[in-house]
Amino acid sequence: MTTRLASRVRGGVGEKVDRPDGRPKVVGTFLFASDHWDGNMLWGATLRSPHPRARLRRIDTRRAFRFEGVHAILTASDLPHARHAGLLVSDQAVLASSEVTFVGEPLCIVAADDPERAYEAIDSIEVEFELLTPLVDPEEAVTKSSLFDHVSIRRGDPGRRGEVSVEGTYEILSQDQAPLGTESGIAVPDAQGGIDLFATTQWIHDDHRQLIKILGLEPHDLRVHPAGMGGAFGAREDLTLNAHLCLLALATGRPVKMVLDRAESFIAHVHRHPAKLAYRLEADRDGTLARLAARVLIDGGAFTSTSPAVNLQLASFAAGPYRIDRVEVDSYAAKTNNPPAGAMRGFGAVQACYAYEAMMDRMASALRMDPMELRRRNLLRRGDNLSTTGQEIVSSFPTEEVLDALTKRPSPEPSVTDRRNWPGGTGLTGDPNRIRRGVGVALGIKGIGYGAGFDDYADVRISVDESGGHVFTAGVEVGQGMVTVLGQLARTALGIERVSVELCHTGLIGSAGSSSASRQTQVTGGGVVTAARRLRDRLLARFNGDTLDDYGIWRGTERVASLSDIATCGENEVSVRYRPPRTHPPDRAGQGDIHAEFAVFANRAVVDVDLDLGLIRVLSLEASQDVGRVISPLGLAGQVEGGAAQGLGLAIMEGLAIEEGRILNASFTDYLIPTTLDMPPVTMEFIEDPAAWGPLGAKGAGEAPCIASGPAIAAAVRNATGAVVNSFPIRPEHLLDLEG
Amino acid sequence: MVITLTVNGELTTAVVSAYESLLDVLRDGLGLMGTKGACLQGECGSCTVIIDGRPLCSCLVLAVSADESSIETIEGIADGARLTDVQQAIIDSGGVQCGFCTPGFVMTATALARSSRSYSMDDLREELSGNLCRCTGYGAILRGLATVVNETDL
Repeated sequence: MTTRLASRVRGGVGEKVDRPDGRPKVVGTFLFASDHWDGNMLWGATLRSPHPRARLRRIDTRRAFRFEGVHAILTASDLPHARHAGLLVSDQAVLASSEVTFVGEPLCIVAADDPERAYEAIDSIEVEFELLTPLVDPEEAVTKSSLFDHVSIRRGDPGRRGEVSVEGTYEILSQDQAPLGTESGIAVPDAQGGIDLFATTQWIHDDHRQLIKILGLEPHDLRVHPAGMGGAFGAREDLTLNAHLCLLALATGRPVKMVLDRAESFIAHVHRHPAKLAYRLEADRDGTLARLAARVLIDGGAFTSTSPAVNLQLASFAAGPYRIDRVEVDSYAAKTNNPPAGAMRGFGAVQACYAYEAMMDRMASALRMDPMELRRRNLLRRGDNLSTTGQEIVSSFPTEEVLDALTKRPSPEPSVTDRRNWPGGTGLTGDPNRIRRGVGVALGIKGIGYGAGFDDYADVRISVDESGGHVFTAGVEVGQGMVTVLGQLARTALGIERVSVELCHTGLIGSAGSSSASRQTQVTGGGVVTAARRLRDRLLARFNGDTLDDYGIWRGTERVASLSDIATCGENEVSVRYRPPRTHPPDRAGQGDIHAEFAVFANRAVVDVDLDLGLIRVLSLEASQDVGRVISPLGLAGQVEGGAAQGLGLAIMEGLAIEEGRILNASFTDYLIPTTLDMPPVTMEFIEDPAAWGPLGAKGAGEAPCIASGPAIAAAVRNATGAVVNSFPIRPEHLLDLEG
Repeated sequence: MVITLTVNGELTTAVVSAYESLLDVLRDGLGLMGTKGACLQGECGSCTVIIDGRPLCSCLVLAVSADESSIETIEGIADGARLTDVQQAIIDSGGVQCGFCTPGFVMTATALARSSRSYSMDDLREELSGNLCRCTGYGAILRGLATVVNETDL
């Protein structure tokens, strides 16, 4: 008889755990999509439209074919099957045929012996365009009914009016996800006419769904593999080069690799929607919010992507986490010839937050009320109905706790002793006599999971064998730490410390859904806990034991089965399909249970502003977030800090300069993302009010940190300067003529 | 033309074109895929290698101009299975997310750790400002590295 040794599993929920991929990433052996290599491979390149709108008269590839080392040149006429891709609607041309609709739209793809030859061939292709007038003004698109979506919300007593009203119009530029790894990958043909694809993506099964239609392959003939990602943030939901890789591999019978450079990456993937939000908020003199009338316009660019879903998320959170008696929202997603917009972290909730939080501060000022008091008075709580869609809030919703965690303690007062920390930074332009300090707070709300009736699920398989426990998933690790979280959940739920997380290709397991919508921890994680508990219970019953651990199954102090016994018992594996609570699309008045879960959160920012130069330095960011339960403290802190950086970026640095449909700043020289010198220290507090579903009470947490952080900075800049600040990112020219 | 490089202590020759960057030669010529290319303009530091003791963006160095130099890449930093303090600190602090920027941070920080200077947090921020990270917001990386480069005489 063996004596029982281990009592508590290490590396489980709530512990600080090293990432399983941490070591290969610090020594440089982790394989990213752009690192795949095959001795026999060709390099692909893409010819893209230089025009926002033009008729495609003729593509002459004859010269390119004469280049030595060029193996395939494909245009739309070579597409054998479906000619369009799309997440929600198939309207994204794989290769443009009769008309180009945005700058960067792919026209022609080439495979050659090396990248230089591929680009030479691309440059030699002659294209005859007949230029057409592009539609680049989203307002004009509305008048022409060129729309992807229109959400109209009407709720409450139409006659309700407030005694005090404030108005504001907010404009937010498009933000690029700017993942450090660009779109890249390799498609490898097999001997049976099939393909193995290793490429950047956030959802291997939806790529598979789209690609088999484009390639005309049987489902089992295409295997989409997870590949090292290099970040995503929404940029890898739509197909960019994945169809092109497969088409070239099928055409040549050889592996084909592509790596987009930064400039091409900027024009090849979708961005955050640029938005214009016109708000009117009314309140009674006691601070009761009476009415919100909002008109929102986002520019979706040339193909649908996720525009309707972004638009619905934005509209549903147009009133924030507040109770407002009467709400009227009209939100439009315009179809234009501008660069396509789609998913980016925060997914519509970001743009809404800039507007409703600015309005709350403005209303507080009009009422001469403390802005936090105004918020507290109108906070939604569990059991209330969302002011926009009317959805009853049935899961945890700790708005008050989130706000209190931030505001019940005094704001930090960073003292700046090092000149490098003044506005102007290492440029040392700061003049201490002209610097003003400001503090701002913003509260936010976001949905978790797809919602709106979309079938949201994750397939998970768990097994136990002689080497320990194993989690099998098609979830994509984009860098967020899903591999860490799923391992921790499995350890706690199984009781076994030696756990591996196996990232499977599409042929090995069903879909885990996308790594987006803050959903992998809660949805796939929910599947892991469900499957692991079921497996544990089954094994305990099978061997009549009471405990499972790394040594096997125990009954009291007696071991009744080893891991090897478990491995051969024939019942050592459980598969589940885990689903969040069912959601529904909204009705004609925008009403309905469209979200599976809500998360609420708040940020406080302290800034210094140079009144003469209009330069802003963010000195402190604090975060307070409703997370249900902390699974991975280290991973969660990383999400909060990283999200805060992206929020800061949109608030004061990042914006795509788009002119006549062209991105003018498609490089890291011209499109600036925060550096170590731009980021202040971030402190954080987590509110653990367990969610009604998911793994052990945990909620998705990935998007929240980038939503209210920017609006908090905006509020702090207003507080410092008295300027209106309604245009984002805030540029020095928005802060002209300030008096001190 | 043919250039001679000492890469991670090993003498090697490479046939390069005049327009090729050192980054191209390391990755596509020598198969050292640990060094990453992300902006190809010297803005992001993902391609940082140590050339004759100095951390530099290999995307900005023409391969021919690196002839006869000694180059350290991420593959040559760890001592076999033993990680350096810099590598271990980045793991322990949670400074790795997607990991694409990580090799560049390790290289820049390795050069800092080798110097005899002690770096305050503000110094560290300035020294690392040429390395972009889109995932972490830098907090964890800075906290980790501060434990390594705040001490003198490493």
